Amino acid sequence: MENFIEILITGLRSGSIYALIALGYTMVYGIAKMINFAHGDIIMIGAYALYVFIELLHMPVVPAVICTIAVCAVLGICIEKVAYKPLRKATPLAVLITAIGVSYFLQSAVLLIFGGTPISFASIIDSKALSLKIGSITLSGITIVTLAVTTISMIALTLFIQKTKTGRAMRAVSEDKGAAELMGINVNRTISITFAIGSALAAIAGILYICQFQSLKPTLGALPGIKAFVAAVLGGIGSIPGAMLGGILLGVIESVSKNVSGELADAIVFGVLVVVLLVKPSGLLGKNKTEKV
Amino acid sequence: MKIGKKCISLCLAAAMMVTVTTGCGKKDTGSGEDAFVIGGLGPLTGPAASYGISVKQGAEVAVEEINAAGGVNGQKLELKFMDDEASEETAVTAYNTLMDEGIDALMGTVTSGACLAIVDLTKEDGILQITPSGSAKGCTEYDNAFRLCFTDPLQGEKMAEFAVNELGKTKIAVLYNNADEYSQGVNDAFVAKVKELGGTIVSEQSFKTDDIDFSAQLTSIKSTDAEIIFVPAYYGDAAYITTQAADLGMELPFIGSDGWDGVLQQVTNKDVVEGAIFLSPFLATDPSAADFVSTYNEKYGTTPDQFAADGYDTIYVIKAAIEKAGATDSESLIAAMTEIEVDGLTGKVSFTADGEPNKDAIFVEIKNGEYTAR
Repeated sequence: MENFIEILITGLRSGSIYALIALGYTMVYGIAKMINFAHGDIIMIGAYALYVFIELLHMPVVPAVICTIAVCAVLGICIEKVAYKPLRKATPLAVLITAIGVSYFLQSAVLLIFGGTPISFASIIDSKALSLKIGSITLSGITIVTLAVTTISMIALTLFIQKTKTGRAMRAVSEDKGAAELMGINVNRTISITFAIGSALAAIAGILYICQFQSLKPTLGALPGIKAFVAAVLGGIGSIPGAMLGGILLGVIESVSKNVSGELADAIVFGVLVVVLLVKPSGLLGKNKTEKV
Repeated sequence: MKIGKKCISLCLAAAMMVTVTTGCGKKDTGSGEDAFVIGGLGPLTGPAASYGISVKQGAEVAVEEINAAGGVNGQKLELKFMDDEASEETAVTAYNTLMDEGIDALMGTVTSGACLAIVDLTKEDGILQITPSGSAKGCTEYDNAFRLCFTDPLQGEKMAEFAVNELGKTKIAVLYNNADEYSQGVNDAFVAKVKELGGTIVSEQSFKTDDIDFSAQLTSIKSTDAEIIFVPAYYGDAAYITTQAADLGMELPFIGSDGWDGVLQQVTNKDVVEGAIFLSPFLATDPSAADFVSTYNEKYGTTPDQFAADGYDTIYVIKAAIEKAGATDSESLIAAMTEIEVDGLTGKVSFTADGEPNKDAIFVEIKNGEYTAR
């Protein structure tokens, strides 16, 4: 029983990181109607940025974290302006290919600067000091921090989207770009903000990720990126609560199935995705195509 | 149209001439009075880069030493080392490039998977191949191929004997990479031997190459009554696994295979590997290796690991083969291999006709954040 609870907690931890990343996919899809395949690499940039600020520039933890998030947010805006904005009227396929190109560009740039050898980087969170022991269940510090940070981020995002003027503008643009523009909403600015928020969330995911695994390599964002994309589709792409639910579900299913059989873990995860899409093609919380959130 | 065709055929003819002449040119430099060229293959980039870099640097030290002492039978040695990224495809391309450049013997490859990809090619070319550290059984499948390190099954058996007889642990959990020949090979032999010695495998967990989250498997092991965990894997995986085990509050001791060498540089907190024991043919703190360690340290600024020692010894094995054969053609070199005995950094080694080495193992324990002989 305790073992099962530990497995669930492990799943919740990786699931909440997937959820953070999936939010970026889903928000960008909701507003720009494109799959930003470079999103996974923003995680990697976040991890490397934190490394640069802490190890090379010897900054204290809090400013380093803030700078990391800022770097990723600005990078997200730049990528949108340079690579995606000129293609706003182009076919979806052209945008998709460009996104893959950006992803390779980011990976290769980091490979050139830092090399391909994994760099070990100590966690900024003292996992031992923060860890909790309840009976025979051990909650490591990184798990507690991850769960807390992701919960806070998701609540903040939901409040932002629901309560603020910018959030309302984002919802309006995702529903009908043309009508939103007629109502005096600056569509370009709204899209930039969406990319900035998505990338900032990816930066947070990157920081949590690197604190857990403590090893940097240029391809580190690829796998969580793909998993999070699956999570976004599972939850219903375009839907913000869907991304959160999809991410957490995916993490838990993955953790449980890894426990059943290491070989079959991925097969089970993707099997669940196939079944969900067969029963509900728009994903768990996805809505009909005409009214995306 | 006609002119175009003529042009093309002329070009083709010219190209053919060029290939023919360059072909001859290469051969001349290979077996002439010039240096004896040893090709090297191993990962210099990518996740297994540390092995390749170490082998290359160890071999460079040996080549320099030999050349400074006047070469082998008056002939200088030259090392041409290429990156194979530990990947099958790259290894084949890199091997072909080396052959085009005219090498006389091959030291490589460093990792098992890539080695299996090129053994057929070296057999076809009839060249002497010595892998410093490719431990999969198939690496020495053919007569021209030899290895300096232990085989995977032998390692597995030695570790099983060590765990059951020496440490007295009978309830053992294993965590291995089922997508990797090396890890799987060591694991299979280990599991069989443990059962034979009367121990039980209480949990057999697996992962795939590039996996970095091992919490689920470790949680599963945690719920069993295992007394020790055996992880036959490379140092990168070992670093993730030991760190995450500490995060989960596990205090079980770890034992590993020779891929663990290098784990201390990879973990961010050395406490997580404290007390771990793995098998290794070489220990830098051993007095007999002092000269090599200081030269290596001076040249590259780090302490050599077993792979550096493997690279160093491989060059001396090739030297011994040339001296024994009294010639540099591949056939005589291969024939001489079974007649030589080299007292190297990794112990006294001789070779069987199957290409396997005869030598002893040492067990390395991580104590106070250092590798120490047990």
